[in-house]
Amino acid sequence: MLAYVIRRVVVGIVMLLAMSLVTFVLFFASPADPAQYACGKNCSPVQREQARKALGYDKPTLEQWTSFMKGLAVGRQFPADEELRKAAPDNVVDCDAPCFGYSTYSIKTVNEMVSEALPVTFSIALAAVILWIFFGVLIGVLAAITKGSFLDRGIVGTSLFLYAFPSFFIGTFLLTYISIKWDVYPLPVYTSIADGGIGAWASNLLLPAVTLAMLYMAGYVRMTRAFVLESQAEDYVRTAKAKGLATRKVLVKHALRAALTPLVTMAGLDFASVLGGAIITESIFNFNGLGKLAVSASTNYDLPVLIGIVLIAGAFVITANIIVDILYAFIDPRVRVG
Amino acid sequence: MTATASNLESESLPDPTGHPDELDRAKIAGKSPTKLAMERFRKDKLSMVSFIIVVLYLVGGILAPFLVSFGFLDPRGYNQDLLNKFTLPEGSFGGMSWSHPLGVEPGTGRDVMSRVWLGTTLSLTIALIASLLAMAIGTVLGIIAGFTGGMTDSVIGRLIDLTLSFPSTLMLLALSAPMYEVLTKNVHVPEGDVAWATYVVVFLAIFGWPPIARLIRGQVLSIREREFVHAATLFGASRRRMYFKEILPNLWAPLLVSFTLLLPAYISAEAALSYLGVSIKPPTPTLGNVLRDSLNYAEFDFVYFFSPAFVIALIVVCFNLLGDGLRDALDPKSGR
Repeated sequence: MLAYVIRRVVVGIVMLLAMSLVTFVLFFASPADPAQYACGKNCSPVQREQARKALGYDKPTLEQWTSFMKGLAVGRQFPADEELRKAAPDNVVDCDAPCFGYSTYSIKTVNEMVSEALPVTFSIALAAVILWIFFGVLIGVLAAITKGSFLDRGIVGTSLFLYAFPSFFIGTFLLTYISIKWDVYPLPVYTSIADGGIGAWASNLLLPAVTLAMLYMAGYVRMTRAFVLESQAEDYVRTAKAKGLATRKVLVKHALRAALTPLVTMAGLDFASVLGGAIITESIFNFNGLGKLAVSASTNYDLPVLIGIVLIAGAFVITANIIVDILYAFIDPRVRVG
Repeated sequence: MTATASNLESESLPDPTGHPDELDRAKIAGKSPTKLAMERFRKDKLSMVSFIIVVLYLVGGILAPFLVSFGFLDPRGYNQDLLNKFTLPEGSFGGMSWSHPLGVEPGTGRDVMSRVWLGTTLSLTIALIASLLAMAIGTVLGIIAGFTGGMTDSVIGRLIDLTLSFPSTLMLLALSAPMYEVLTKNVHVPEGDVAWATYVVVFLAIFGWPPIARLIRGQVLSIREREFVHAATLFGASRRRMYFKEILPNLWAPLLVSFTLLLPAYISAEAALSYLGVSIKPPTPTLGNVLRDSLNYAEFDFVYFFSPAFVIALIVVCFNLLGDGLRDALDPKSGR
């Protein structure tokens, strides 16, 4: 078991290294000059070269990658060029390990920017995952026990239709109609737990979380329905029915319990890769999370921030995969062999 | 007279149901698996309805450019006279009339139906080419991984994992500026609409092939143990023949199903990318950028806001239902 865990973790680390290398090559092999963007529109050639040196863009891609990795491990200082640091010691920025880089555009380290944005995205994602699992499973079970009926078709059809509408349409609809025009629900503004308590935090998250949850819920409804229907045919469910257990107990204790493991696994993986949906949700509701940070970073082509967010998002996905694999190996010993 | 194999089979097989008359037996004899699947599909009303809607969309999509050039549709003409002093359309429901069935666009007075219709053509084209490309990459790599096994298999497997760990929406957004430059300056793709469409197509496919490759690999693992593959190996079939003549024809069912499920995902993806400003730019309409433009008027002009979204939702739903229906028809064992 320990050997499997170690192997899985090593593969994960190699994967992360490969991913960061690919990211660097993708961004630096292109003719777009990151120094030009970092320096701004009205930038003299001299200033541009200075910006290039300050961010270390004058070095070959591989060397930049190694210094990035070194920064992650032990931290680094900006400007990257030693002469520039000596010339203006007051402007040197210390970026402690794990250092994801420094944005000259925002005059902040990427770590600061990400740590400001991460709680927002995490909150939205958490609220969304709770919504989509709870309602997805509930509605899926409802559809399964009324299989073939009008209700079942209605449920499956409605969830598919809600999924099919683009999420920025649903988000804008909720914002402009529910919050502004009809004034049914207050305009959501992100409030951290420290600022407004858990109630204000949760109530402000509702609309963005609903928007994000719509992307995933249809899938969970269908999966729950399929799993429950499948397990209805299993021997242990038949036995439970035969010994006279109440229908509801059979459903909750036997049929649903078997379905819950794959559903929770899926939810874990979806949660880790939620950034794609968060980009749109946060832009609509104007929440300053990772998604919105990514949008503004790519508008300004703020390369250090972009690379930082891509790698953090990738690390989440890879870590979630490792955790799921290891958990599965615990549950099912056959996995370890393969 | 020569008897075909299927005729011989049906005559030699004992009938499990008892003693059907000659007519029934003849019916059973003539049915290939494809025919059986088509029969099952035709019985499924929901799938048939979605199939018809999908066909209507495709026909409409093909017709739109011609209708534009003949002047029936006018996605670019300004009709300022149809707007009131707040630059909102005159009349109820976004200025609906016989000449403008979905009303006109606030601010410019362009015909909404023309924009949505031509937008459908472009969105469908982008989604279609992107999914064909993703399917092609996924199928080739999936077949190679599944058939060769060993080192090649694990390299492709890791490549799949690596590609899947990238946040694809963010990558498409972040790479749009540099890759647009690569496309226009180094590859000499014409600037503007063509370059944006190329970018979206290529990068949707680059981040979209892994699930297809996984699916195909799994299928190939079971196909390669079948007798006809062993026979081909014994005859000394070349690698290329093995991949494309022996194995590929057995994959059309899963390929068709995943194609009908990938395409709607790409229609949604194109819309989402348009929202983020990474796609064909206005004034050329795509469903995504028409919807994005309409967001500003969401509160004042519901028809304009709702119609592109509904057109997207309908085609996405129909393609999904079509895919489900095809899966059920082609593989009756997998119950929904």
